[in-house]
Amino acid sequence: MTRKSEEQGSAAVAFTLATFLVIFTAVTVYLFLAKIWWFPVPITQFGTQIDDQFHRTLVITGVVFVLAQLGLALVIFRSRDHGQQVSFFEGNSTMEFVWTLATIIMFVGLGLYGEHAWAEAHFQGAAPGAVQVEVTGQQFTWNFRYAGPDGKFGGTKPELVSASTGNPLGVDPKDPASKDDVVSPVMYAPEGHEVELLIRTQDVTHSFYVRELRLKQDAVPGMVIHMHFDALDPGQYEIVCAELCGLGHYKMRTFLNVVSQAEFDKWMSDQETALQQQ
Amino acid sequence: MVTHESGGHHHPPSGFIRKYIFSIDHKVIGIQYYLLALFSVFLGMALSLLMRIHLVWPNLKLPLTPGGIMTPEQYLALVTMHGSIMVFMVLTTAPQSGFGNYMLPIQIGAEDMAFPVLNMLSFWTTFVSLVVLVSAFFVAGGAPISGWTAYPTLSALGQITGPGEGAGQTLWVIGLAIFCIASLLGALNFITTTVDLRAKGMTLGRMPLTVWAWLVTAILGLLAFGVLLAACLLLLLDRVAGTSFFIPGGLVVTDTPITGHTGGSPLLWQHLFWFFGHPEVYIAILPGMGVASHVLSTFARKPVFGYKAMVGAIGAIGFLGFCVWGHHMFVSGMSPYSAFAFSLLTMTIGVPSAIKTFNWLGTLWGGKIHFTTAMMFALGFVSLFVTGGLSGLFLAQPSLDLYLHDTYFVVAHFHLIMGVAAIFGIFAATYFWYPKMFGRMLNEPIGKTHFWLTFIGVYSIFMPMHFLGLAGNPRRYADLTGANYLAALHPVHYFITIAAMITITAQLLFLFNFFYSMKAGQKASENPWNATTLEWSIPSPPPFDNFAGHVPVVYRGPYEFSVPGASEDYIPQHVTPEKVGRAH
Repeated sequence: MTRKSEEQGSAAVAFTLATFLVIFTAVTVYLFLAKIWWFPVPITQFGTQIDDQFHRTLVITGVVFVLAQLGLALVIFRSRDHGQQVSFFEGNSTMEFVWTLATIIMFVGLGLYGEHAWAEAHFQGAAPGAVQVEVTGQQFTWNFRYAGPDGKFGGTKPELVSASTGNPLGVDPKDPASKDDVVSPVMYAPEGHEVELLIRTQDVTHSFYVRELRLKQDAVPGMVIHMHFDALDPGQYEIVCAELCGLGHYKMRTFLNVVSQAEFDKWMSDQETALQQQ
Repeated sequence: MVTHESGGHHHPPSGFIRKYIFSIDHKVIGIQYYLLALFSVFLGMALSLLMRIHLVWPNLKLPLTPGGIMTPEQYLALVTMHGSIMVFMVLTTAPQSGFGNYMLPIQIGAEDMAFPVLNMLSFWTTFVSLVVLVSAFFVAGGAPISGWTAYPTLSALGQITGPGEGAGQTLWVIGLAIFCIASLLGALNFITTTVDLRAKGMTLGRMPLTVWAWLVTAILGLLAFGVLLAACLLLLLDRVAGTSFFIPGGLVVTDTPITGHTGGSPLLWQHLFWFFGHPEVYIAILPGMGVASHVLSTFARKPVFGYKAMVGAIGAIGFLGFCVWGHHMFVSGMSPYSAFAFSLLTMTIGVPSAIKTFNWLGTLWGGKIHFTTAMMFALGFVSLFVTGGLSGLFLAQPSLDLYLHDTYFVVAHFHLIMGVAAIFGIFAATYFWYPKMFGRMLNEPIGKTHFWLTFIGVYSIFMPMHFLGLAGNPRRYADLTGANYLAALHPVHYFITIAAMITITAQLLFLFNFFYSMKAGQKASENPWNATTLEWSIPSPPPFDNFAGHVPVVYRGPYEFSVPGASEDYIPQHVTPEKVGRAH
């Protein structure tokens, strides 16, 4: 490895590789700052907390990313073979200790900081008085059931399920609590009012995902999973499926309509009940 | 350390079958695994090329999709088989079973693996598993559509959940189970060999980092593949024997109630699969890290910075790798309290990874870099590992994963780490060890061209996927018209597809170089890189028993480059102290 021609060649390669890393780093940083393709504005306070943690994480990882890639570029350029003597060293315990400690503090600290938002989503249940919505995923559609004025969901039976005759959830007509249940393929929610979701599925695992809520929860066969949110901004938001559920996974899309309390009440009273739909 | 003769290596094998087909020579077996992985990576790339083309030109009639226009289930079959083939037949095979098999015995001064016949059986069992897996394409209904992760109940209820979920899924499960058996046998061999067959003087502290990586990877494999095997057997029973490990009662699929199953939990599969699946991704990357350390040191002409810390980091990554599987399940319905625990452990695993990155930079700093193709892939590995690893910090936090789970952000993360960094580890190893394995040099200009097209290409493919994920583009969507908000992302998808087409085509350069140089490459000397480890002390290619009966004695560590006072800038491990020249 002492051929002189190597030295000339290595300057060109070192320069090109280092330059590529610098350009790549700059382009990446620019794209993250420009936010051309980005998440939509959140419509809950919880969503704002998530975004804050995201930005915290982005700053820290961004700084590490830039330092590491530029550091690599610098080292590649400076340490190319240009006839120099090698600086022989096998390690540095102090440096190892310092950067290990710094990394632990940074990574674990960042993780701990973000747990608060998680706790709010999951460790606490919905506020009392929440509007309950039973969310049922199936191949390949979502259905939303409201308990109606009696505040109770009627029973369902697998053998009663028949989408083709207007009873996709198998609501049992014999259960008195079913009488005022409302089933809709589109979700409505009142703004500024806590909503509790009871997420379930009929067949395979699906996942209920609304970007603006910063909410995603798998719908798992055999389970009913509770989530909650309080939407502050009226509008129409897309609900998509985020867990591979079969050939129609990509088109399992419906809408969340956040409306004023008055509009929500009107919508509810306008709906046919589930039993009337059959 | 026990020394004894490895099984019956006193006569070279005779006859074509014994020499090249059912060989018990670890070198032949290593090449067989490598060729299996080479075939698989091109197959896997072809599948992903079809996927990417379909996403941006959905009405194009494509070859290999019967009937012309690709259906959603065909797309999902491609997704499933691309993932399965790449993870198992490429990333679990080439770095460990391929290069590990070839180089581990030689690097520790052994004449072969501890169990040569078992080694042969491991390869042929892997081969059978590949045949079974690929056969899923050719049965009625085609290949399964449940992804390489095969979550029940989609994967457990049979044909009723979708095309490919009949015989195709069953073959997939059986193929995987056979692969598990092969991997377990291989792991046993690696561990026993490393513990028992090291030459005199080859203490643990003098083992190359490649050997440490293969050893820890084998331990991970031994502990993880048994769990996947169990999970596959349970899934198979649910599918064919009416059991309900993963299937609860009360299900209705397309208005048809599912009877005969009750009490099972889909989450059980996820726990079992990911308890295997997370160590699996470390199995995919650790050998590449070992190779990166090895190659960076060799071509910077400097010892690895912090050898002990590097060994410790490999061990820590291996151990912690078993503690973090729940980070794949934050939104699965698993207890949110355990999510908290998994999250902190996952953030912690970033620490040994960071240590390794610092130490790679420390290895290069003050060195004298020779930019061979192998070195460039090793340098690329460091850059890619940093990029891919950092996105993990987002996904490790459940509050952020709530948004990012099952989006293209995850696809970006695991492709950069596995589908690129680990692949770069394989390329670095190939360009480094090809002269030793085949006695010829690979063509350097073609190699450098391959490097540049690939390095620029893979960043062009996978960097934009982070933004798709941030915009909320879910994974495994066969079609981008299902949700309105995806329309704005079409330009990004076009860019990715074009980049993929160019990058995949560029791999043909590598394929050409690989096979052409076997006959036409410049003949390789014993030690073309002036490297220090034991494989560079024997002819290229090596004789059937590696050391021609003269097993070496080891006198020093593996990275004695540019030692002050030495006459050469490298001191091989096997050279006796008296023979080490002194600078005047």
